[in-house]
Amino acid sequence: MTNRRRFLAVPYIVWMAVFVIAPIVLIAVYAFASRDGAFTLSNFSAMGTYLSVFSRSFLLAIISTVVCLILGYPLAVIFAHETSRMQKIMIMLIMLPMWMNFLLRTYAWMSILESNGLLNRALAFLHIPPLNIINTPAAVIIGMVYNFLPFMVLPIYSVVVKIDRSLVEAAQDLGGSPAAVFRRVTFPLSLPGVLSGITMVFVPAVSTFVISQLLGGGKEMLLGDLIEMQFLGTAYNPQLGSAISLVMMIVVMIFMYFMNKFGEGEDKAVLM
Amino acid sequence: MKKIIGILLALTLSLALASCAAKEANPQTTAQEVNVYNWGEYIDEIIFDDFEAETGITVNYTTFQSNEEMYAAMKLGGTDYDVIIPSDYMVERLIDEDMLEKLDFANIPNLSLIDDSVSISAYDPTGEFSVPYMWGTVGIIYNSAEITDEITSWSSLFNSDYAGQIIMFNNPRDAFGVAVKYLGYSLNTTDETQIRAAYDLLIEQKPLVQSYDMDTIYDKLEGGSALIGVYYAGDYISMKENNPDLKFVLPTEGSNVFTDVMCIPKGATNKANGEAFINFMTSTDIAVRNMEMTGYVSPNGAAAEIYGDGLDVEDYVIQFPSQDALSRCEPFLNLPQATLDLYSQLWSDLKK
Repeated sequence: MTNRRRFLAVPYIVWMAVFVIAPIVLIAVYAFASRDGAFTLSNFSAMGTYLSVFSRSFLLAIISTVVCLILGYPLAVIFAHETSRMQKIMIMLIMLPMWMNFLLRTYAWMSILESNGLLNRALAFLHIPPLNIINTPAAVIIGMVYNFLPFMVLPIYSVVVKIDRSLVEAAQDLGGSPAAVFRRVTFPLSLPGVLSGITMVFVPAVSTFVISQLLGGGKEMLLGDLIEMQFLGTAYNPQLGSAISLVMMIVVMIFMYFMNKFGEGEDKAVLM
Repeated sequence: MKKIIGILLALTLSLALASCAAKEANPQTTAQEVNVYNWGEYIDEIIFDDFEAETGITVNYTTFQSNEEMYAAMKLGGTDYDVIIPSDYMVERLIDEDMLEKLDFANIPNLSLIDDSVSISAYDPTGEFSVPYMWGTVGIIYNSAEITDEITSWSSLFNSDYAGQIIMFNNPRDAFGVAVKYLGYSLNTTDETQIRAAYDLLIEQKPLVQSYDMDTIYDKLEGGSALIGVYYAGDYISMKENNPDLKFVLPTEGSNVFTDVMCIPKGATNKANGEAFINFMTSTDIAVRNMEMTGYVSPNGAAAEIYGDGLDVEDYVIQFPSQDALSRCEPFLNLPQATLDLYSQLWSDLKK
């Protein structure tokens, strides 16, 4: 690119500076400050007590990401092999729920999973004993999978659809079984999409708080709840909230670094 | 790289400064407005038209969901409200932190309509900063079709017979309030032993609790997905219209009586308009309309009487508890930071 065109990047750089870099700098400054504004590390030493919250959040996010991948990958591959007309319709159907407000969609799951909700009424009709899902971690995972599945399907689809069909045909002509073709050709080529999908699901899942509040019954805190509590809770403590946010960002970054390593050698996915 | 970051920061700063300067330059352009910040579902919004017709001042209305949310919004800056309506203990905190303007009561003649018993209170001892808007109590709401035992005490919320049917408040101050009152202590205790005793009780209660909620308590009790919970008397009146099986009890151990209060934040742009709005809200007919809409009780004695006349005996007792019952209730007061931190710590321990 010539230097002359660089000015085109100015609006985005300004945007980044004001809404991405400045807030992160602010978080870092707050994280190392005491209530009086003096430098301190106490916000980080207090973090040990929240270890269980960190591990629960990461566990639930990992489970949701894996479920999204298992559900989303075949879906994306099937889409990619449909006629282009069919593809448009299917992508539309995947996107459709996203046009509705996120909160409304989560509320809807509340009334589906409730003890006397739609699901249990349907089960009762079929003479199957009711399921107690609402207010458990299972409900939180269902909510996350439902809300984040499109973010898994779309990146995988957009990579798989561009895979050169002749490569797959060449593998078949050379005598590769369907499983071998998938394992050695299709899957490696789709990896950038998979990695983007994992990132786009995992990152929002690890910091969600509305879903855990509405579907988890507020009984077990996730990172998002913990951070929210520092800003909007009884003991207004944005310093501790910033420190927790910072640690969360660093842990996510480490996680993503290893994901990137895993994908190395293939076409690099844009992860962060 | 350092250079770039430096430039970006300088840019951000100059943008921020520019926006401040722009604000300084023309404070008069919004003279005929009043920016009001209130709890959600806590006013009859049609009265804004009446206010505009009467005074020519347009109301810009914003809502918050908790005192703490309001506090954080004010603290982080960038807000420009002329009237805020937080609760008692939060007003005390705002006064302590010098975040409120003194009111000019020459602009609020309707103050004389407010009952003295409500207007003089611990949260604003000199009475210079605030005018009460509504008050109410917290109690137990239960489904009498499913729970046939007589409910009188907070102990019901710790009763294993109702396992999986209990709903608790989802914030430390209110949830601990239930436990502390059950144990017979003050809502405003700063004694760590008492607070830890309440914590132990909440830990024991946790397996029985269906969920910790705030706004959704309303739907869950009304719709019958939970049978017993803690909530506000004012909302009970509207919940009962949709589910007549619901009953409200002010527990014998006493409870929380709260007052939500109108005040003006420091540096409000339209202070006089804010005072005009507070005066309007305090007038008898507007107070009646707000009471009928929200189900909470105005401290305007004449208005409360008109509203009370429209209630049946059962609801009347709930909305206007006896002096004896009220004497066992307490308002929340602002607590020292150390106690707030303890609450916050124990609350996250409870949910670990």
